[in-house]
Amino acid sequence: MKWGVVTFPGSNDDRDSVYCLERVLGQEAVPLWHKDQDLHGVEAIVLPGGFSYGDYLRCGAVARFSPVMSSVMAFARAGGPVLGMCNGFQILCESGLLPGALVRNRSLAFICEWVSVRVETTRTRFTARCAAGECLSLPIKHGEGCYVADEATLKALQDNDQVVFRYVNRAGEALESANPNGAVQNIAGVANTGGNVVGLMPHPEHAVEALLGGEDGRKLFTSVFA
Amino acid sequence: MLAKVYVTPKKAILDPQGTAIAQSLHALDYAEVGEVRMGKYLEVRLTGLSKPQAERRVEEMCQRLLANLIIEDFRFEIVEE
Repeated sequence: MKWGVVTFPGSNDDRDSVYCLERVLGQEAVPLWHKDQDLHGVEAIVLPGGFSYGDYLRCGAVARFSPVMSSVMAFARAGGPVLGMCNGFQILCESGLLPGALVRNRSLAFICEWVSVRVETTRTRFTARCAAGECLSLPIKHGEGCYVADEATLKALQDNDQVVFRYVNRAGEALESANPNGAVQNIAGVANTGGNVVGLMPHPEHAVEALLGGEDGRKLFTSVFA
Repeated sequence: MLAKVYVTPKKAILDPQGTAIAQSLHALDYAEVGEVRMGKYLEVRLTGLSKPQAERRVEEMCQRLLANLIIEDFRFEIVEE
């Protein structure tokens, strides 16, 4: 399958994403430059982590208006699978493709650690090969990962089965003590109503080899093509 | 003409930076300090617009880019230089 991996100025997980897709998962990965509106016929798109445009103004706020994003938004609205990880999630929220927003971690600290997330729905393109309630071990590394949304949005997320991942403890419980950044309802990732656009703060692309800590991240990608 | 734009976190949004600043002020013995909220201040220089036009344009800039209305409120004033 042909994947596009977008590089914005300040992206820093774009090469890791290409490595994950090509070397580990045997996919074709096409680098997409932020100034390029041509998606080169890709069948799925990854918005990687990093600090696009230096996180100026707000994380993802400037990237959202880059030329490639108008094509990505059209691709997403036509049902194409789009995965935003970390800064990619922030960009998807800023662009309005996903509801809610991401703000500074409650602790004010940049967090870099492995967390457990529970798969809350398997109806999305990126969780189809997971089991409902399955817990995945994935790394996080962010300063602005606290997911927020107003009450009406949270109700809609619940009613439409759009919450994809929640931070949980080892027993799989979404307790406040398992919440690394203050995210409302321990939300780590959400989807659009169609389930083709998914954003999450953890990094599945960094959890694809046992040597580097675990392979749980693979399922998000294999869900799309396998 | 100059637009002075103030972007502030919505009341319902946790503002850990504001909280940390308040704690710091308390540590400096400013016991009178209550809540602190931290936002952004932007100066946007404008040319070739009447004041009503500038107000419309800056309103649009705030809605589209300068503020994220999910988490932030904004207000602005237009001043002649």
